Amino acid sequence: MSDSSNTPGALSPVDSDMAARIVSRRHAITRGATASGMVMAGLRLGSVPAALAALSSDAFGQGRLPTVVNGVLNFALRLEYLEAEFYNRGVAAANLIPAADRAIFTTIQAHENAHVEFLRTALGASARPKPTFDFTAGNGSGTGPFADVFTNYATFMAVAQAFEDTGVRAYKGQAPSLQPYKDILQAALTIHSVEARHAAEVRRLRGNFMDQEPNEGWVTNATTDIPGTAAVYAGEDNVMQLGIDVTTVTTVSRKEITESFDEPLTMAEVLAIVDPFIV
Amino acid sequence: MTLNDSAPTTSRQLGGPEELSPSRRDFLRSAGLTGAALALAGCGANRENDFGPTGLAGAVVDANGNATLDFSTDVGVLNYAYALEQLEAAFYVSVVTNAAFSSIFAANEQRVLQDVRDHEVAHRDFFAAALGAARIPNLTPVFTSINFANRLSVLQTARVFEDLGVSAYNGAARYLSRADYLGVAGKIVSVEARHASAIRDLLANRTGEFAPTAFDAANTPQAVLTAADPFILEVITVINA
Repeated sequence: MSDSSNTPGALSPVDSDMAARIVSRRHAITRGATASGMVMAGLRLGSVPAALAALSSDAFGQGRLPTVVNGVLNFALRLEYLEAEFYNRGVAAANLIPAADRAIFTTIQAHENAHVEFLRTALGASARPKPTFDFTAGNGSGTGPFADVFTNYATFMAVAQAFEDTGVRAYKGQAPSLQPYKDILQAALTIHSVEARHAAEVRRLRGNFMDQEPNEGWVTNATTDIPGTAAVYAGEDNVMQLGIDVTTVTTVSRKEITESFDEPLTMAEVLAIVDPFIV
Repeated sequence: MTLNDSAPTTSRQLGGPEELSPSRRDFLRSAGLTGAALALAGCGANRENDFGPTGLAGAVVDANGNATLDFSTDVGVLNYAYALEQLEAAFYVSVVTNAAFSSIFAANEQRVLQDVRDHEVAHRDFFAAALGAARIPNLTPVFTSINFANRLSVLQTARVFEDLGVSAYNGAARYLSRADYLGVAGKIVSVEARHASAIRDLLANRTGEFAPTAFDAANTPQAVLTAADPFILEVITVINA
């Protein structure tokens, strides 16, 4: 590896190797099952998630995903639907996103739509339909606390941050449930970390990239400057990890320790947070 | 607590923060004591840092500090994370203590790099404490290819390390057997991803570079270690992955 490598995704060839390894292992355990056309297409594209999505159908059969996987992936899909439509509408809104920032939001938009496609493919016939959203957080009234979300850029960015930070905590909270299903777990984690990249970018953008609290890329304590989002950050001030009080084993200050560990949310906590946005 | 439930109590926590980073000589001395303790317990262990009751150690370290990490054990996987956090922490400590730091980086960039330094040090110290006596010794960074007085050299290396860290956690998570270990790995990987995003943005502000793909990589430990090897004097080998 060159320390001056300028190539994004320089490690991506490894992905195809990994996918091939997974395919071959999956074949071994599915006793002669042949890879579907979608698996091979995914591999040709060098896209692990596409291959994995097809694999999950191959492995479990249409409509026969384990209940826990079905539940977690549909939960994730609900959040990705929310995010994808939010950015689709935001990017389409006239005079909302300044030209200088469009690349940021079209990038996130593309990713969220790709996540929706991945989850829908993985779930197959089990995929639940897209809900109807109210991005003002008004439960369908259209007059919620973020009433100007698509006309006021500051509101749009604030809601984006809340969605991204919630998404990170949501995927994180489901990882233990997916633990027995290694390929699904890994695919979910490759989305989880992308949501964290989004979150950091939006947070820093909101602070005009000055990287000063509370607009750093990371979450300090349980702090939020966005009214009505306390639940999104509740518990982020935790410093106990695996029974260790991290403040006692390092010289790093408590504040930075809280930044060093993102905390999970339960499915119920996440659904309560997004409920006002769903009609 | 330590991560190695089978570790004899006599070889658990080595001490406070000062002792979390023992020199190799200190490590070998403590490891020797551990070997003696295991022999006394009738386990027959005869290699440094071989804590397994039947030779199924998570981490075996030779006299030169080269480590073999067994991914069929959580101790092996967590030592892999510890190794990468050691590398990252050492890198950012070198970045922020370089004489040129305050002149080559703008104020906001300095804040990012100082924060990331703190986070990586916290990660390193956490793993050291959690692994206790089951941890591998201090690794020796090799940063001769990095020009710490050059903004671009530092940021491009940082980008490589952060992307590598994200892909490493994403790829290693499947090998963890305990849910709480998976949970803490998840708490850390998203912070690494936040770092990657911020560093990438310092290199290409207000572009889509902060997240170049919709799905991050999940790399095998072999691929990650091949990439990290030029920056670490000791050789780290992963088995059973």
